[in-house]
Amino acid sequence: MTPEPVIEVRNVFKSFKAVEAVKGIDFQLNKSEFAAILGPNGAGKTTLVEMIEGIQKPDKGEILLWGMSWKGNETVLRKRIGISLQETRFTDKLQVWETLKLFASFYELRTDRVQEILEKIGLEEKRKSYVVNLSGGQRQKLALGLALLNNPSILLLDEPTTGLDPNARREVWSILKDLRENEQTSMILTTHYMEEAEQLCDRIIILDHGKILRSGTLKELLDNENLSGHPFSAAAPKNLDELFISLTGRHLHE
Amino acid sequence: MNSSFHLPGGICMNRTIHLYQLWQLITAYLKEIIREPGILFWGIIFPILMSLGLGLAFTKKANVERKVAIVNFDSTGTKAVTSPFPLLTFLRQFGDVRKKADGKEESYELTLADENLGNTTFLFQVMNWPDAMVRLKRGTLNLVLVPKGRLPEYHFDPLNPDAQLTYLKLAGIFGQPPLSTENQAGLIKPLTVKGTRYIDFLIPGLIAMGVMMSSIWGISYGIIEKRSKKLLRRMVATPMKRSHLLIALMTVRSGMNFVEALLLFCFAYFAFGITITGSIPALILLFFAGNIAFAGIAVFISSNTSSTEVGNGFINAVVLPMMVLSGIFFSYHNFPEWSLPFIQLLPLTMLADGIRSLFIEGAGMVQVAMPSLILLMIGTVFFTAGLKLFKWH
Repeated sequence: MTPEPVIEVRNVFKSFKAVEAVKGIDFQLNKSEFAAILGPNGAGKTTLVEMIEGIQKPDKGEILLWGMSWKGNETVLRKRIGISLQETRFTDKLQVWETLKLFASFYELRTDRVQEILEKIGLEEKRKSYVVNLSGGQRQKLALGLALLNNPSILLLDEPTTGLDPNARREVWSILKDLRENEQTSMILTTHYMEEAEQLCDRIIILDHGKILRSGTLKELLDNENLSGHPFSAAAPKNLDELFISLTGRHLHE
Repeated sequence: MNSSFHLPGGICMNRTIHLYQLWQLITAYLKEIIREPGILFWGIIFPILMSLGLGLAFTKKANVERKVAIVNFDSTGTKAVTSPFPLLTFLRQFGDVRKKADGKEESYELTLADENLGNTTFLFQVMNWPDAMVRLKRGTLNLVLVPKGRLPEYHFDPLNPDAQLTYLKLAGIFGQPPLSTENQAGLIKPLTVKGTRYIDFLIPGLIAMGVMMSSIWGISYGIIEKRSKKLLRRMVATPMKRSHLLIALMTVRSGMNFVEALLLFCFAYFAFGITITGSIPALILLFFAGNIAFAGIAVFISSNTSSTEVGNGFINAVVLPMMVLSGIFFSYHNFPEWSLPFIQLLPLTMLADGIRSLFIEGAGMVQVAMPSLILLMIGTVFFTAGLKLFKWH
């Protein structure tokens, strides 16, 4: 079966005043593929994802979703993608249920879908809680629930687990794994946790200083690096963190 | 999987569904604001307290105490002048001159009861000339009496209107005895009819100010906060109609403004007997136009910033000049003549003057049609300009 691209990013550049955030990126995401964009803070992950989400416009290059650019197709594309932005704070004094119901109305969905989502993200007990009283993990699950409301064909998540404790992180992962097994969704998530990329994604794209350093499956990345050998490190990289160090001389978390 | 969401452009927009979306936005925003306890205080209780405080302060008949010195020693402080006692004996013909018990110094009180103007109490303090001068400078008294036989000499600053009033009152007593307040009652016709009191002036102004404050703070701050929380960009990353969000904010705000104004009016009706003498439909039109004007300005103010601090500054820069200039608390006719045409073009002035004319002067549609039209235009212009500049992301 030939891979069917759902996202195509072609030679994309983006600058903010003096900062060049994204400097010539090309890649494509195929149907049902889960990809992680891995990189340290300031690598350009958020800028790249926000351009794919149609929130930012590239200075140069083109981004196509199902072969359509954002210009002129916004109404269509908005209905078919699901997103979770970095650090969105939802209305403090709205309940979980009310927040989901409000967003469901934007997709013209009724309350039965809200109930489904509430079960999927495991927040039934918190349905009547105000958002302000949720823990960090519960907020992220709510954000994920909102992204999943319209049963999106493409899911774009910007650091869905940053700042969460390991338990909460695993709960978010299990929701995404379930999605991967049971739906046709394609997904891009950004993260600076290598474990997250390894656990969830078919493909890993390593980003630093606005450029793609490496891209491939975990195995491909490690094998390639071992074949070519590395001048800075005596030992061959055994995991993503070591790979990142051998590529950049820095840790992912720096 | 719901396949209808995967057909590009295949979903036809349904009016009912659109209204459902708008309704969800309206109820969500309404819940958001009524769940904030501060809203209840600032929107409803605070204006009532303000009308109560200012209403009582400026409407109540004043009981004035006028302090007067009676000099018993001359400027050197040693040589006694004529004894003050003949003067006091004379004053006893008019009322109860009581020696005050508490004072270390010698002082006497004379109260002229007056139902129309409020009671005036003269407090005569006996002291020497230098002490009297010190107190005059400090402003703790404004008139000095030097006994000269039956008629005293008056020493006071002729430029001080309060001192002049004290003089006139005392001169009345000393100059034309026996003069009682009963005789005066027939001569003085104080104005206490409804519509001329300060509270009649104040309440329409407070209603207008409430519309401005609630609209601008409510809508602008609401938008800026949503932008700074990145909630705005999250919402527009859905198929939500952007206009629905703004319509919801404006609708809820106008509704709340109506409730706030109604409660303030009810309070003023029961506490001060305020009534609306003009046309109610005209009032509704004007109130609606005022809401549109300030909602439009609010959208304009909040169109571009995502910092609540910067937003605060913008809001204050718009709100404070109008509060001062638009004649909410005191008539703007005391400002220089040349500035009046500008002041009268301010939306708050138009709204306050319009509501006032409907409350007090019995105005109708004809009188408020023009200001309403201008307010609607102001709202439309600012809303359109704001939308052009609006930063959704």
